[in-house]
Formats: sequence, C-alpha cells, structure tokens
Amino acid sequence: MTGETWNVIIFWSLAAMTVVPAVALLIVRDVIRCSMLLLATLSGVAGLFVLLGADFVGFVQILVYIGGILVLLMFGVMLTNRDPVLLRRVRERGLVAPALIAGGVMLAPLVYLMLAIQWKQPPGPLPEPQYSARGIGTLLMTDFILPFEVISVLLLAALIGAAFVARMGSERA
Amino acid sequence: MSWFTQIGLVHYLVLSAVLFCAGMAAVIMRRNAVVVLMGLELVLNAASINFVAFSRYSGFERPLYGHVVVVFIITLAAAEAAVALAIVLNIYNRFSTIYVDEIDTLKE
Repeated sequence: MTGETWNVIIFWSLAAMTVVPAVALLIVRDVIRCSMLLLATLSGVAGLFVLLGADFVGFVQILVYIGGILVLLMFGVMLTNRDPVLLRRVRERGLVAPALIAGGVMLAPLVYLMLAIQWKQPPGPLPEPQYSARGIGTLLMTDFILPFEVISVLLLAALIGAAFVARMGSERA
Repeated sequence: MSWFTQIGLVHYLVLSAVLFCAGMAAVIMRRNAVVVLMGLELVLNAASINFVAFSRYSGFERPLYGHVVVVFIITLAAAEAAVALAIVLNIYNRFSTIYVDEIDTLKE
C-alpha cells in the first residue's frame, strides 16, 4: 500500500469518526452521552489536524480541548444534571427530522459554494509537512506578537470573570 | 470516483461545513444549556479545520499562519467555555433548571 492509499483510508476513517458523532450530538437525549460524542468528535478533529501536517496543533487540541474544555463541560454536566440516569427514550423527543432538515438546509449552500469556487492551489506538489512547533513559536514572537499579548490579557480577564461569576452567590440573600 | 480516492482541499472544506452546520443546529435546537455549549465547540472546531486545511493546501507563501490562528482559537474557546459554564451554573442556581426554554422570566 502506498502512502497515498493510506492517506485516503485514514482520511475517510477520521472523517467518519468526526462527522457521525457530531450529527448524533443533535439527536441523543442524554447529556452524558452527548459529552462522550463530543469526545469522539474532538479526537477525530485532532487526528485530522495531524493528517494535515499540523502536529503541534493536533496535540494542543488533545491537551486543551479534550483535556481541558471537555473536562470542564463534563463538570458542568455533573453539577447541573437532574435527569434520572435510566432514560426511556434515547432520542430527543421529536427532534430527529427537524435536526436533519435544519442541518441540511444550512449545509446545502455552503457545500455548493465550496465546490463551485476555484481555490488557489500551489504550483507543483505540496511540500512535505515538518514538525511545526518551532515555526509556530517563531511566528508567535514575530508576526503574531500583538495577538499573543492581547490574548494573555484576555485570559486574565476570563479567569477573574469566571471565578467571580461562578462563586455561587453564597453571600446573596 | 476520483473524489473518493484523491483527497484535496475540498474534502476538508466540506467536512468542516458539515461539522459547522451540525454544531449550529445543536446550538439552535437543543434544550440543555450544556449541550448548546458543546455545539458551540463544534462550530469552533469546524473553523479550526478550515484554517489548517487552507494553511496546508494554499499556504505556500505563508506556511503555519493557519496553525497559529488555530492555537489562538483553542485558547479563546477555553476562556469562553469557562465563562459560559460559570453563567450556566449561576442560572442553574437561580432557576433550578438548565433547559433554555424554561428560562423565560424576561418576557411578559
């Protein structure tokens, strides 16, 4: 099997692993199962990043998105879940058909646009992907220095804001 | 059948479009507020795939620009998820429900 064949096989496997849980997220009723579906989707996206040669971004996705944001969402599920564990219905009541129709109506013009536009392709073959961490670090310090500093201020604000909003109003009447 | 055996830029774009619409539909249609936040994460991931795909296939003059943008997107998503979840927890404390169609004290 050549490298191109592996590329095709891995792409379609990762695409299925990404898209199928994402569509199921619309339909499944139990919020804990939804968080597991989101885990599958985020893992598929991380795999697609690595397939596209973005190894650093793929690992950041696993570390931060799955290891941080998904865990945060699951804490939120844990603190706010009042449904009984045993549910009689798997699918959200009356949502299967509207989900697919609404998603399809939003999807059709997007897909048409993406297939119709002539995207700028590089002359010649694509360059071999390399380890991207050094290049990303250099860019963060040269071309992207301003967003880098601004995002550190934003993270400070978000940290203080989240801690303030989530203090559960213990001193409120 | 070359669309099946030759992976190009368009494949990644259509994939990210499907993810985007699935996430958007989840934000619009789901009642549970935490599932709405999950749909929002799907939308951001779709945009990230788009950035990295363009950086790979069309980024021959400025490689890795898409990767840096995705690092920023992931950072922003983390900050926004923390704040949004803090708000959801406050709503749960106040209204004892997180179903968004039952939180309607603003309308008369």
